[in-house]
Amino acid sequence: MTWTPDELMTVNAARALAGARTCFVGIGLPSAAANLARRTIEPGLVLIYESGTLGSKPSRLPLSIGDGELADTADAVVSVPEIFNYWLQAGRIDVGFLGAAQVDRYANVNTTVIDRGPGRPEGRLPGAGGAPEIAASCGKVLLVLRHSPRNLVGKLDFVTTVGHGDGPGARARLGLPGAGPVAVITDLGIMRPDPETAELTLTDVHPGTTAGQAVAATGWPLAVAADLRVTEPPTEAELTALRRLAQGAPDA
Amino acid sequence: MAEIRSLRDAVAGLVHSGDTVAMEGFTHLIPFAAAHEMIRQRVTDLTLVRMTPDVIYDQLIGMGAARKLVFSWGGNPGVGSLHRFRDAVENGWPRPLELDEHSHAGMANRYVAGASRLPFAVLRGYRGSDLPSRSATISTVVCPFTGEELAAVAAINPDVTVIHAQRADRDGNVQLWGLVGVQKEAALAASRVLVTVEEIVDDLTPTPGAVVLPSWTVDAVAVAPNGAHPSYAAGYTVRDNGFYQQWDAVSRDRDAFLRWMDENVLEAAR
Repeated sequence: MTWTPDELMTVNAARALAGARTCFVGIGLPSAAANLARRTIEPGLVLIYESGTLGSKPSRLPLSIGDGELADTADAVVSVPEIFNYWLQAGRIDVGFLGAAQVDRYANVNTTVIDRGPGRPEGRLPGAGGAPEIAASCGKVLLVLRHSPRNLVGKLDFVTTVGHGDGPGARARLGLPGAGPVAVITDLGIMRPDPETAELTLTDVHPGTTAGQAVAATGWPLAVAADLRVTEPPTEAELTALRRLAQGAPDA
Repeated sequence: MAEIRSLRDAVAGLVHSGDTVAMEGFTHLIPFAAAHEMIRQRVTDLTLVRMTPDVIYDQLIGMGAARKLVFSWGGNPGVGSLHRFRDAVENGWPRPLELDEHSHAGMANRYVAGASRLPFAVLRGYRGSDLPSRSATISTVVCPFTGEELAAVAAINPDVTVIHAQRADRDGNVQLWGLVGVQKEAALAASRVLVTVEEIVDDLTPTPGAVVLPSWTVDAVAVAPNGAHPSYAAGYTVRDNGFYQQWDAVSRDRDAFLRWMDENVLEAAR
């Protein structure tokens, strides 16, 4: 089978949820990946949406985080204050899965405004949503976004959500309970924070992609791991499940 | 006690120019019919409050009804940008829009404080974020028991909260279920409460997970069948996903937007 760069991204994002019990699912790409994980590598994964659903088991990809399917198939539906206070802030959720507009070398995220240069108004992005507290309080965080110098930048125009702040020890100094971002999955490969420097380092490329392509598509001088790996090609089962999801079809 | 009124009378009686208005419904039970009535009555200079100012506030902002927006995520859910919101913020069209911007956790807790009639709420939030630098309603407080520094967010107490619910009884007791969002907190935080409902029934049979707002916490109930369209009302109507996708094209262009509002909202009542 052949596949697209976006499919490589979503398949690898789903694989990153192996072993997770509970996942707080962001809107968009993370929702596609988390639902694919439930249909492939982690069928028991508990999906939690900020609209207040615990344990959603949608039979098709939700249209938005407020899709009635998420509520109808959930183990429990709670209010929005409750989902953020009792479930997220209390540290009950293993993985937070987020999309992003801009990400920097320490996996900090901007989803608020884009600086368009002198004399031009700031470009508006949707804003924070649940992300600042999801990234603070989940056990760990996964980010998924397309790889480009526009998205992966040397300096954020605005820090909406803290990943690893200004480097090693920043999360502890800020009092952020969770471990923070452990992987950034893109359509070219996977970056992970270096254990010493906390800086995102290219650890994997997808089949058919070179490290040079990923470096060229990154807005800072991207470090490449000495033992750079190539991700496993998507299996037929993964691609079939993903395409059924994308078509809005129920699980086979 | 809630009065059962027509939507026109309820809006005229409860929503005034210059008010702080919260219209809640977290992607479900969004009170579109009430927003359209506000637009027809030319209510203006509003401070609009809503966690997710999606298409409903895109319409109010594009029609010039708002001077300020208090929010935490402004997009067209599942589709993309809100073009009227962006045009107002970036270009001041049709008028400048002041922003007070939060995270969802911050907004939810602001409503909880408002409903509790406390001046502020505490949470572990905003740590390391630039958001507090742009908001006068985010600060910090030190826990008197542990010494931990926590975020403090100012209570929201709207002049009026407007929500849509599935049903009410003839005494004006209101019942809503499914994704219940932050509507209970938004209603109890407000000075005045207007609820539109799919229908009025003789008896409110208990429903799993339902929120009930007793009649004495509500000022007016107005019947507005399909009043959440293009969002949905669990058990009554489904989301009109095509509408959200079409809104992207309608709202991109100022003239196309104004024409659409004229034909579908202003003309609709004539």
